[in-house]
Amino acid sequence: MIPAAFEYARPSSLGEALRLLHDREGEAKVLAGGYSLIPLLRYRLAQPGILVDIGNLDDLAYIREAGGELHIGARTTHHQLEQSDLVARSGLWSDAAGGIGDPQVRNWGTLGGSVAHADPSSDWPAVLLASRASIVVRDLERERVIHAREFFLDTFVTAIEPTEILTEVRVPLQPPGTGGAYEKTERKAGDFATAAAAVQVTVDSSGTITAAGVALSAVSETPFVLLAAEAALVGAQASVALEATIRRAAKDDSNPTRDGHGPVDYKRAMAGEMAVRALRRALARAGA
Amino acid sequence: MTSTIHVAVTVNGRQHEADVEPRRLLVHMIREDFGLTGTHVGCDSSTCGACTILVDGRSAKSCTMLAVQADGHQLTTIEGMEQGTTLHPLQQAFTDQHGLQCGFCTPGMIMQSAWFLAENPDPTDDEIRHGIAGNLCRCTGYVNIVKAIDQAAGELRAQASAPVAVETA
Repeated sequence: MIPAAFEYARPSSLGEALRLLHDREGEAKVLAGGYSLIPLLRYRLAQPGILVDIGNLDDLAYIREAGGELHIGARTTHHQLEQSDLVARSGLWSDAAGGIGDPQVRNWGTLGGSVAHADPSSDWPAVLLASRASIVVRDLERERVIHAREFFLDTFVTAIEPTEILTEVRVPLQPPGTGGAYEKTERKAGDFATAAAAVQVTVDSSGTITAAGVALSAVSETPFVLLAAEAALVGAQASVALEATIRRAAKDDSNPTRDGHGPVDYKRAMAGEMAVRALRRALARAGA
Repeated sequence: MTSTIHVAVTVNGRQHEADVEPRRLLVHMIREDFGLTGTHVGCDSSTCGACTILVDGRSAKSCTMLAVQADGHQLTTIEGMEQGTTLHPLQQAFTDQHGLQCGFCTPGMIMQSAWFLAENPDPTDDEIRHGIAGNLCRCTGYVNIVKAIDQAAGELRAQASAPVAVETA
């Protein structure tokens, strides 16, 4: 349980960190909070040549509104998100922030680290997908803004290049009448999800859903957008039939594998249940 | 020969230094280089919280942090909780409430509780249970652990308000 040997650098600026990633392309890993990466190092599932610790880059930890979006620095911890009044306006985001791992994980684990790590059972990727967030990455030359829906490519694989660092997550601010919720089931407190659903809906004064984001976590190779559910929600009003449609979509479009969290049928059923629970709470929060 | 990095940290108010490989875990530096064995290694997989310490006042699992990451930071371990010859209110409360059976999880429970009570000085029992969700007790003595944290919360609140009472007297 001792990691394989690696070199270690703790740059004092983003530029210095990017230079290291450039010079050591392919053998460097970025260390933020460490609560995903260090366990991987200890199991020797990751054996980087050099760790680039961005722990000194304090200017990457912030939460602020700008241009109709919430801009969140990559090194913002789950706990800072949990405590933020700006984040608390989104039921979806505050649900997720308070339920990640355990208090120690939330004290050190970061939004950027979790998103870049892209564990298919983690919480933030589905939240970013449902809220149509975008992800800012940069290398020595340029900055790129990648839509969350084009970011999570496969298990632990994202659109980030080896020479890039994730610097910021941008979340569109929502109009009045928007509600969101995150629901997950886990075997025990602090465990990774067995199945989880992120839902965000906007409802007009007649109770009709005008916009919807639905994503599932832990039940496929990567967190994914439940397109069939989004299509069914927009233009509809809350009903038992609508819930049944969403449940069926979540069960049918999941692709879970059997593991210690349970068999495939159980996971599909849980995906459906989490999607319906999240939808109910999102609608209630939207005032529908 | 793997190269080492010089690390200087403050542990319980005292300066400590060590030359460590980058891959050395913080808990191993604390236990083996500094001889502070009150911090326990339990699960070895970032799950059990027995290795919880404070880093700049923030609770951390010291098995999930590299020693080099702690360079320049202030650490507090269970050995730093006693105030002179007086037990910290959390230590006293775990004694009074029989908040331990085998005691293996206790240092981590106390350090996590120290952070949690600084964040939330007047918690409900439910909040206490969520506050220690990252710490496992395999003797399943959670009821008395929660009672102990509740007792300590009351004592710490009384201590915090005491100087004000003296000044206004």
